[in-house]
Amino acid sequence: MDQGLVSLAPLAVLLPILGAALAFVLVRRPRAQIAVTVTTITITLMLECLLLAATWDTGAVAVFLGGWEAPWGITMVVDRFSALMLVISSAVVLAVLVYASAQGVTDQDQGGPVSIFHPTFLILVAGVSNAFLAGDLFNLYVGFEMLLTASYVLLTLGGTGPRVRAGVTYVVVSVISSVVFLAAIAMIYGATGTVNMADLAGKLAQLDPDVQMVLHVMLLVGFGIKAAVFPLSFWLPDSYPTAPAPVTAVFAGLLTKVGVYAIVRTETLLFPGDRVNAVLLWIALLTMIVGILGALAQNDIKRVLSFTLVSHIGYMIFGLGMSNVLGLGATIFYVVHHITVQTSLFLVTGLIEQRAGTANVDRLGGLARISPLIAILFFLPAMNLAGIPPFSGFLGKVGLVQAGVGADSMMAWALVVGSVVTSLLTLLVMVRVWTRAFWRRVEDVEHPPAKLVLAMDSHEAALASSTATREARDGRGRTVRGPTVGLVAPTIGLVALGLSFTVLAGPLYAFADRSATDMLARTPYIEAVLGEEAAAQAALDVGQLEDRGIVTPQEEENSGPGTFQPIEGADSEGEDAGTRPGGEVPGDPGGAPPSQDEDTSPGTEGGTP
Amino acid sequence: MSVNIVLLLVMGVMYAGGVYLLLERTLTRVLLGILLMTNATNMLILIMSGAPGEAPLVEDGLDPGAYTDPLPQALTLTAIVISFAITAFMLGMIYRSWKLGRRDEVLVDTEDVKVAEQPSFDAEDDAELLEETSEFLDEDEDPNADYEHATAINPSTGPLPVKPQRDGTVRVRPTVGRRRVQEMEEGERPVGSSGHDDHLPDEDERAGSPRSRPPRSTEHQQDNRQDTRDGDGRAPRGRRRKGDG
Repeated sequence: MDQGLVSLAPLAVLLPILGAALAFVLVRRPRAQIAVTVTTITITLMLECLLLAATWDTGAVAVFLGGWEAPWGITMVVDRFSALMLVISSAVVLAVLVYASAQGVTDQDQGGPVSIFHPTFLILVAGVSNAFLAGDLFNLYVGFEMLLTASYVLLTLGGTGPRVRAGVTYVVVSVISSVVFLAAIAMIYGATGTVNMADLAGKLAQLDPDVQMVLHVMLLVGFGIKAAVFPLSFWLPDSYPTAPAPVTAVFAGLLTKVGVYAIVRTETLLFPGDRVNAVLLWIALLTMIVGILGALAQNDIKRVLSFTLVSHIGYMIFGLGMSNVLGLGATIFYVVHHITVQTSLFLVTGLIEQRAGTANVDRLGGLARISPLIAILFFLPAMNLAGIPPFSGFLGKVGLVQAGVGADSMMAWALVVGSVVTSLLTLLVMVRVWTRAFWRRVEDVEHPPAKLVLAMDSHEAALASSTATREARDGRGRTVRGPTVGLVAPTIGLVALGLSFTVLAGPLYAFADRSATDMLARTPYIEAVLGEEAAAQAALDVGQLEDRGIVTPQEEENSGPGTFQPIEGADSEGEDAGTRPGGEVPGDPGGAPPSQDEDTSPGTEGGTP
Repeated sequence: MSVNIVLLLVMGVMYAGGVYLLLERTLTRVLLGILLMTNATNMLILIMSGAPGEAPLVEDGLDPGAYTDPLPQALTLTAIVISFAITAFMLGMIYRSWKLGRRDEVLVDTEDVKVAEQPSFDAEDDAELLEETSEFLDEDEDPNADYEHATAINPSTGPLPVKPQRDGTVRVRPTVGRRRVQEMEEGERPVGSSGHDDHLPDEDERAGSPRSRPPRSTEHQQDNRQDTRDGDGRAPRGRRRKGDG
């Protein structure tokens, strides 16, 4: 039954492509186009929820396309991590799509989405799904190229000056990362004769360690550009902010996370162990600090958010660099949290732009009075991003800090300090945006945009005499119209989704830990694709690697955070859960005492602001 | 695995040329660089397929090792199609960039320049407010001119203080204040005055490239200097006469 259900996994890629074709045919009928696109994504989301339910207990399942067995044919693998990523990405995409459709219907301006938007958007979704499902490196490359090519079009939508300028940077950088990745694939094929990831997991281990290192670093550089980790992140704040709000939102939520996903796969499946962990931890620290310092210098909310996006990628690399269940589980939780929160922040920025005419904090003010709803919608994810206690951002960071403290090495402590400092600076950045854009009076603003002043006037007119409200609205209804339901509803949905991770933290964390255990053990994945023999061989390889790690002094030097104890100690059921120091994830996902505490808090939190 | 040395050399040269062209500022050259690099990568895949052999069509009684490996060819084909699509898109973008800015070059990010221009991150708090000690100040000696400028980060209130250097880099003048007021009064058009979001790049923004003409503002200033100082106007002519004689 489950096996039969999982064999529908390729539909997660095919459905969006079919939907894109249909939407392209309907290019002259915007409403039909929207209906087709939303329906497609909804069906895909439902399918992916079923996939997640199917893999919740069983773990990794492989689908062989066209019936070709594993090392030869194209394989798609659904394991816990990829199923979770699929569901969360589709949920976010659905919200953004509804938002974008509403914006296109209400605004009809030259900067808004045009008829090409919906088909391209679906291709992007197909690429993301393909990357998450890919069971071989080349299919991963194809998935990347699908989503990148679609993203080129979306980024330069409308072809205005700033967008073309940003697009040039983005395209060139993306192409370079793809070239590096493709060259790495070519070399890996030359060295091992296969591109199947499960097969590679066994065959790469037999190569010369130096060759392994070259291939490893090439893959990491290729994925690092896409994930925007520090030395390779320069392109992101340059290119993202110019695009329309929904496009930026979905880029910020998904595209970098696909890079992170690929890095996680590289680190766990292809090159297990702590070979480059020292470097990864440094990169994580620098990404966090440099990113957030960049955010401090910005005035435009979109650019601020782009820099916080870069900064918070560092958290994910931090957890990954620990290469133990605690760290990797926290990374998975953090990725899920961050996709939702970052996307909702960008959507709210779109609301601000629509209401006030600009997203520059120097020209904004008084929005809390004009539109309390937007103020709350911005405040909740902003605090969530900064990691204020009841929110999921806090829980993710606690998990990472626990992993760092547990590792108990110099570098891990440096990262613990760095992540706390970054969290504080994120709070500072967010509060600065909040106080300027929402809290201060409009009269204090130097050059308020006309739209903001008009909105303020009509708001005060409405307050002055409640009888005159309707007249004021009638008189100026077209210029100062508030956010429409189509824009607000998906934003509320995403913010609520971000908040729900607090309530669901117990089961979600347990699930993340189980998928982390799976990935670090590698055997479930390999067994699903190649069968038990290969899995046993892979387990043996890891043991040999550990021998080598102990023997080589250089490896020992690097081996601070990463130990293989949790891998061998725990099998794919949530046995490891007890190892989490704070007892944050109890063994049974149902009744979690800490999450029950938090059950009450978000309710009050949602009401008070 | 045997490797064809000629193919290897060609691939190396293509990579080198591609990287060299990518470092140029002209978009067309960047595109050519990308083309070279993607094709070099395709060649790398082909090289990795090993020695050539029989066409990979199944024949009876032929040793499996005698066939050419068909998989790299399939990979190359996919990669070629992808790079073809990207090339087409890049060409479209270059053409659009040319139509918009009349420049086939990577443009300077105006937002970056604006951020670099900021005296500090919170201009309102940090700007000094001097007390007026005299009632009889000239217009250009207003002690609070600095304040006005420090707080005016909005692009429509002042020109971008970008100065192109001879070596092709862009220098952003660190100080803001009275000098900028004077430049404004001389009638220079402020950059970004055509709108906040979608303004076309002005002369000053495009000046950051090595091939650009000298910005109009410097010519303008030189003219001014020549107008104000009578003696200087003759000096170069005198030198020219010396050279002729």
